[in-house]
Amino acid sequence: MSPAPLSPSGPSPSVAPSVAPSVAPARPIRVLVAKAGLDGHDRGAKVVASALRDAGFEVVYTGLRQTPEMIAEAALQEDVDVVGLSIHSGAHMSLFPRVVALLRDRGLGHVVVTGGGIIPPADAKALEAAGVGRLFGPGTPTRDLVEYLRVTVAERRAALPRDPVR
Amino acid sequence: MGPPPDDFPASLASAVRAGDARAIARAITLAEEGGPEGSALLAALAGAVGRAHRVGVTGPPGVGKSTLVAALARAWRTQGRRVGIVAVDPTSPFTGGALLGDRVRMGAHFGDPGVFIRSLATRGAQGGVSVATHDVADVLDAGGFDPVVVETVGVGQGEIAVAGVADTVVVVVAPGHGDGVQAMKGGILEAADLLVVNQADRDGAEGLAAELRAAIELREVGRHPQVLLTAATTGDGVEALRTAIDAHRLAQVDPAGALADLGNLGRARSGPGASEGLAARRASRAEARIRDAVDRARSAAFWAVRAEALAGWVESVVGGRATVAQAASTLVRDLPSASPPPEPRP
Repeated sequence: MSPAPLSPSGPSPSVAPSVAPSVAPARPIRVLVAKAGLDGHDRGAKVVASALRDAGFEVVYTGLRQTPEMIAEAALQEDVDVVGLSIHSGAHMSLFPRVVALLRDRGLGHVVVTGGGIIPPADAKALEAAGVGRLFGPGTPTRDLVEYLRVTVAERRAALPRDPVR
Repeated sequence: MGPPPDDFPASLASAVRAGDARAIARAITLAEEGGPEGSALLAALAGAVGRAHRVGVTGPPGVGKSTLVAALARAWRTQGRRVGIVAVDPTSPFTGGALLGDRVRMGAHFGDPGVFIRSLATRGAQGGVSVATHDVADVLDAGGFDPVVVETVGVGQGEIAVAGVADTVVVVVAPGHGDGVQAMKGGILEAADLLVVNQADRDGAEGLAAELRAAIELREVGRHPQVLLTAATTGDGVEALRTAIDAHRLAQVDPAGALADLGNLGRARSGPGASEGLAARRASRAEARIRDAVDRARSAAFWAVRAEALAGWVESVVGGRATVAQAASTLVRDLPSASPPPEPRP
């Protein structure tokens, strides 16, 4: 038998079990991934959802053909940090701003709206100016998205007012 | 008078009780996080909890639980009831991330504020629900949703923690999952208040239902669940299931009066569980929750002072110089004693 690898010599810290820890552990970033509009190309959305899960995020996947109203209501109930939209229908110039507006109506102005699809650079610029977060085109390494979200969500969470309905 | 403006958990609790959706969503996040503010929030909500009928829906993966829950929600909405749904999916043990996909089958309810759906990741817990599932259900209960439905991850044999979450446990199976259902039979019969054979439009559904009924007939003690057939995708049988779930609740609240009208539902025989009322079930749920909370607190406190000793024992066990049992018994026996803090009485 080996020597018992105990360390009885050191001072033993006193144990005061408490049901509620004094510092809550960092909670995972929550992301809603939705396919807005009528096109059925959900491969990109699924790839992104998997990549974000693998980065340690909690990803709520809602499936195809979501209206902006459905997306905003789901984002509210799920208390997500991020809404990620995949749009391949060409309707990005109307869908992104609509989702941003509906989120603001619900007191969810802190939610990062991001996404991808076939979006010309000029359109992406215009959307960013309208309050949409960074957009990621095909071929973007998912680690860029992960890094962007980690930084941005940390900032937004820190700035969130402690008002129950905002 | 409301709480002082700087008391976030208390003001959040007030908004939850008023039914504000944004407040309910944030309260769930806080409760799930489990920190001191979450505890304060739940304490502030305690008086408003206990009105909702808690319905647990569990069963193997792929039998159509999410689709069935969505169909049930529709049936309850027709009755004018506001439905809370807690849908649990597994957290990856490797990355800590989770893909929560139950909403894919519940799309019809998005945008209806009378159905509040919250997806939870297990965050490391076993048994098909997360540690915070009870707390999340409490928040929805306090927010005025009734029933509150908890849908577990797809579970196998023995993983029936939902039995502790719910006033009524609905176990869902489907034809074509033959071996899995066989293996689960014992556990199913122990846990279920209602047994549902879903995908009833598929071959083998009637046979499976007959098989389950026969197995239930053989039981001398415990619950004798009614077996129902549903096809959640078409809606067949869903209204009958909704009625049976509501009737189970009625029988719990008023065993003598309601049981007389319910035929073979909840047929009383001897043995625990047969005539188990709502109060008894809630008492055992409260006991289990207290025990869990104590176990977690003790475990965290234990490893906080034992981490170094553990590392030493790991080396010894890997090196073949000690057994796991020796390591564990020594670690526990030589725990530096701590005088427990004075105990506040409830």
